[in-house]
Amino acid sequence: MKNSKLLFIISIISIVACAQKHKSIVIAEDPTTIDYTTEVVVPKLDIPWGFVFLPDGALLITEKAGKLIHFKDGVKTNIDGLPEVYLRGQGGLMDIELHPNYIENGWLYLTHSSADGEGEGGNTALIRAQLSGSKLTSVERLYKAEQNTKRGQHFGSRIEFDADGYLYFSIGDRGNRDVNPQNLTRDCGKIYRINADGSIPNDNPFLEFPDAKTAIYSYGHRNPQGMVRHPDTGQIWVHEHGPRGGDEINRIKKGGNFGWPLISYGINYSGTSFTKDTNLPGMEQPLFYWVPSIAPSGMAFITSDMYPDWKNNLLVGSLKFEYIERLVIKNNTVIKREKLLEGMGRVRNVRQGPDGYIYTAIESVGIVKIIPNNNK
Amino acid sequence: MKLFSFIILLIAINLTLICNYSNNSSYETTQNKVLKESIKRGNAVYSDFCINCHLPNGEGVQNIYPPLANSDYLRANRRKSIKGLKYGLKGEITVNGLQYNKYMPPMGLSANEISDVMNYTNHSWGNKYGKIVTTEEVTKITR
Repeated sequence: MKNSKLLFIISIISIVACAQKHKSIVIAEDPTTIDYTTEVVVPKLDIPWGFVFLPDGALLITEKAGKLIHFKDGVKTNIDGLPEVYLRGQGGLMDIELHPNYIENGWLYLTHSSADGEGEGGNTALIRAQLSGSKLTSVERLYKAEQNTKRGQHFGSRIEFDADGYLYFSIGDRGNRDVNPQNLTRDCGKIYRINADGSIPNDNPFLEFPDAKTAIYSYGHRNPQGMVRHPDTGQIWVHEHGPRGGDEINRIKKGGNFGWPLISYGINYSGTSFTKDTNLPGMEQPLFYWVPSIAPSGMAFITSDMYPDWKNNLLVGSLKFEYIERLVIKNNTVIKREKLLEGMGRVRNVRQGPDGYIYTAIESVGIVKIIPNNNK
Repeated sequence: MKLFSFIILLIAINLTLICNYSNNSSYETTQNKVLKESIKRGNAVYSDFCINCHLPNGEGVQNIYPPLANSDYLRANRRKSIKGLKYGLKGEITVNGLQYNKYMPPMGLSANEISDVMNYTNHSWGNKYGKIVTTEEVTKITR
């Protein structure tokens, strides 16, 4: 009896120990010197989810609650003509991106949660539209994930174009991890690739797969809310929220299975384990994983010469720890992590502007510009 | 055989007594049952919409996300809490002597869901805050 009690205690301890055995290989450091200042360029925003720079220097900013804001010369204007936004949990009006050829065709792309379609609840939709004065015109829906649900989680929603003009966007698992991410006939838990007009590219990976959602480009994702094109390789990089631990940086591969929820470096919020595997044949490994989770949102490579010490580094916003993480990556390995702008608020997005400066969207603060000190 | 019938009779009498007893306190029991079921549904709402910031045991994160467990704010501000769930909560608040100034956006919950999650937080982790929050009460609260 005594022995079996001991055995029980030992097994509980080992389960807990197992659950915590994966830690990030590199730890986030405080900076040794702070060689920059910050300037709030657009004040008073609640949850600025996405933003883009228009050719005339204006900014278009999405507020999660369902507002599209045009900002120029200190003036905010609400843009009308948005489709109806299903405001629920993490859902709302989300990312915005310009067509690579925006100057000529005027197309802008937006993601939002929508209650349209079958079933109670909502799911992620992608639209394109043109801006005419303070109104969206020619609004076209390009994609709407099926199987609406009232769950509040994991709408994904980042948008990015590659060098060939293909449009990629993410949809998270919508809080249904055991059903959606590994099933190619269902939406959610996927990275999608479409043409800029919404049609399906004729070399998408699952065109021949019976009943597959043919826009799927890769699967087995949890909730990717950062997406960026690598400036040198052109490959699409994403990061995604893990559960408790196990946020990941992934390089998207055509037809790749990124393993969620069969492999993960994370555990359930409650502390229990849901898989013993971190690696299985046929599944992609992340370039990097975060344990503990930082709750990553927004992602940008620094390509400008504005920040000599940071050139080619990757920036990732942290909602949870309220800083921007600067990751130094050598030979596809993260070798350094540093905290920038710590304590300003929940970082929702980060981008490099056309002027080469880094801009970040911070909840309850606004759009903030990082200005390097030039006095060295 | 006689003994068997006698036992059956005794059980029947007992059952009748128990039923009568339950009837006498049925109002209270029904109320408890309604609250219990609301708390159970509220738990599901909490796990979906609140747990990320306020954490599984309602402890929150010091100076960032206010605690709900043993929270003087939640105990004393029933109306403001419901309003916050309905329309969002902005501006500085003091919880257990600490300042919090984050924006909690509205989660798009129905009045039913708000009453359920209020009942869950009011009656979990050792909290015993007030009487049951009803859907009608939530519906009546406006901006």
